[in-house]
Amino acid sequence: MTVRLMTSAAAALLVLAAPATARDQINIVGSSTVFPFSTTVAERFGKSTEFKTPIVESTGSGGGLKLFCAGVGVDTPDITNASRRIKPSEVALCAENGVTDIVEAMIGFDGIVFANSIASAQIELTLRDIFLALAKDVPTIDGTTQPNPYVTWDQINPDLPSVRIEVLGPPPTSGTRDAFAELAMEGGCKSFDWVRALKTSDKPVYKSLCHTIREDGAYIEAGENDNLIVQKLKANKDAFGIFGYSFLEQNGDLVQGALINGVAPEFDDIADGNYPIARSLYFYVKKAHVGVVPGIRAFLSEFISEDAWGEDGYLADKGLIPLGQGAQENWADRITGLKLLEM
Amino acid sequence: MINFSKHAGFNLSRRHRAEQRFQWAGRFAILISLAFLVIMLGSIFRDASGVMRQSQIAVAVDLGPEAIDAADIANISFGKILKSAMRARFPDVMKRKDKKRLYNLVSPEASFEIKRQLTNDPALFGRVQTLWLTASDDLDLYLRGKIDTSLPENQRQISDAQIAWIKDLKQAGQIRRVVNWNFLTNGDSREPEIAGILSALVGSLFSLAVCFSLSFPIGIGAAIFLEEFAPTNRITSLIEVNINNLAAVPSIVFGLLGLSIFLGYFGLPRSSPLVGGMVLALMTLPTIIIAARAALKSVPPSFKQAALALGATPVQAVFHHVLPAALPGMLTGAIVGMAQALGETAPLLMIGMVAFIVDVPQSILEPATALPVQIFLWADSPERAFTEKTAAAIIVLLVLLIAMNLSVILLRRKLEQRF
Repeated sequence: MTVRLMTSAAAALLVLAAPATARDQINIVGSSTVFPFSTTVAERFGKSTEFKTPIVESTGSGGGLKLFCAGVGVDTPDITNASRRIKPSEVALCAENGVTDIVEAMIGFDGIVFANSIASAQIELTLRDIFLALAKDVPTIDGTTQPNPYVTWDQINPDLPSVRIEVLGPPPTSGTRDAFAELAMEGGCKSFDWVRALKTSDKPVYKSLCHTIREDGAYIEAGENDNLIVQKLKANKDAFGIFGYSFLEQNGDLVQGALINGVAPEFDDIADGNYPIARSLYFYVKKAHVGVVPGIRAFLSEFISEDAWGEDGYLADKGLIPLGQGAQENWADRITGLKLLEM
Repeated sequence: MINFSKHAGFNLSRRHRAEQRFQWAGRFAILISLAFLVIMLGSIFRDASGVMRQSQIAVAVDLGPEAIDAADIANISFGKILKSAMRARFPDVMKRKDKKRLYNLVSPEASFEIKRQLTNDPALFGRVQTLWLTASDDLDLYLRGKIDTSLPENQRQISDAQIAWIKDLKQAGQIRRVVNWNFLTNGDSREPEIAGILSALVGSLFSLAVCFSLSFPIGIGAAIFLEEFAPTNRITSLIEVNINNLAAVPSIVFGLLGLSIFLGYFGLPRSSPLVGGMVLALMTLPTIIIAARAALKSVPPSFKQAALALGATPVQAVFHHVLPAALPGMLTGAIVGMAQALGETAPLLMIGMVAFIVDVPQSILEPATALPVQIFLWADSPERAFTEKTAAAIIVLLVLLIAMNLSVILLRRKLEQRF
């Protein structure tokens, strides 16, 4: 009897599940770094307008763009967040699936910090120090490379403490790792003249030399959870961690950021562009969905309101570092005008 | 005379010692696992205790006719009214940065709370009203002594000026701590002080309901056919091997399957508990089938033989006699599968249920998230106060699991037949 009941319930369920044809809710996917900001705007937007609260999925930048570029229609997302700029290959994928009109929006900066426990001394690093500490192969002065010989920090630079190099950071799937490799590692790598010359002569070799992180245990992949890295730094005073600025801001009583090229990871210095490891955060809007899915225009204007991304806005409270005044006006014009992406 | 006791008791004391050793090793093993359990639960409950109560601030809000227009509630800027109320309470705050710190004592939700209170009770209009509004997470952490004030000002989340204001408010009796029902009645939020578990809980229950109503009948049906009716040949043994293999397939694979078939081919709504439940049903089916077959096997064959001998058809014999006896075992298998499904996040990632969803889902077609996903998202949030929310959400998940297990034990006791 129960079995019969359940079978009919299951059958009824399948009949109910007619495909949804319209959507009255904005669908956002993408970067886990932009996720905290995007969700904050989505929540306020849902509360202060008559539109439903958008759904924000945390899929990672690459995963988000893949979903975004899958096609036009209500079963694809309207907006994707990215902690890096869209790649030409992704624009091509989008175009192939009919997503030709993409609106780009730069929303602010995120500093990547190199932090250690507050119980140890704050240290000062150059990008070159970071590169030499973490690269798989390091260049020598005479134009050759050798496997990374450095075991302790003071072997790289006598001013640094004589403790073992131990850095906890994100795994290769993470956008933070990409940005770190590009900004910090490559920045230090370029400081060798012959390597910089390599950039024009042999780009693939240059890239693999500058972006490859050592695998001998000095760099420990600690997963995507930055809170976990903070906890591990608290437990291990000699270790360093790589994570986003908002986690440093929230955990100022546990960890401190290293000075990079003499600049501390402070809000104002990241905003002014003085801090060298800062990346831009973006989102991309499918123009074909504007007007089809209700509320996209209103969502965009909430995002670019002074209350949200302004210097004193609520996104700054959440750790987003705002664009400068001029850049903000420029981007606001492009976003409200739904100006198409130009590579 | 032969000394029997010497031969019979060959190494008797040594064997007794070995017996004792083994028993002590067993006790030790249990002790260690209990200790781990206590440590785990202890740390979860310790972290979660902060969620029990929340802080509120009394704010004298000007709702007089010159400040607002009662007829046009939708267009009133409650944020502005709240800010001017805070400024009126501390009139000597002048600098822009300090004003912002002052506003940050209350939750960003507070302006919506004023609106809600007004909509519920229009009698509040007309004069200055003192309303209790939710305080910010940092204020709450400070009141509970979770912020180390001996640190330099720039290393903590709360400034010296804010501490002075809080002390002032406290002296005036304008801060109170109340039981935090919001945690159980609110959906998710990016503000820890108002974030709740309800949307995830309902999402989980919807998904489980879909999962159970699909996997239980299908699983039991498959098990009965395979065990009682199917001929033993190459095809059935191939099916059998495959079911056993499926039980060991990583759950993310089922998520990918759901993405390509349920979302891609059938076009079912993304992020919905319907698709979530269907994916979880695929995942739990092998577990249920294997457990159900084992339960059927454990019923003595004499049951079926006696029924057949008395003239019952094979179907009658199975459904009237074998199935009732096997049902308790089947339910146990089903609940193990459901418990697995309840704790699963990986397949949900692929079908869009790892998402920020504020609204509580009203049906299985509306977007929803699930409890383990909520735990994961909160654990990943930068705000310190989310640590407590994470622990509290784990407790909700544990309570749900215990309730499920308990209901099965009760059901089994009711249905169980001894033979």
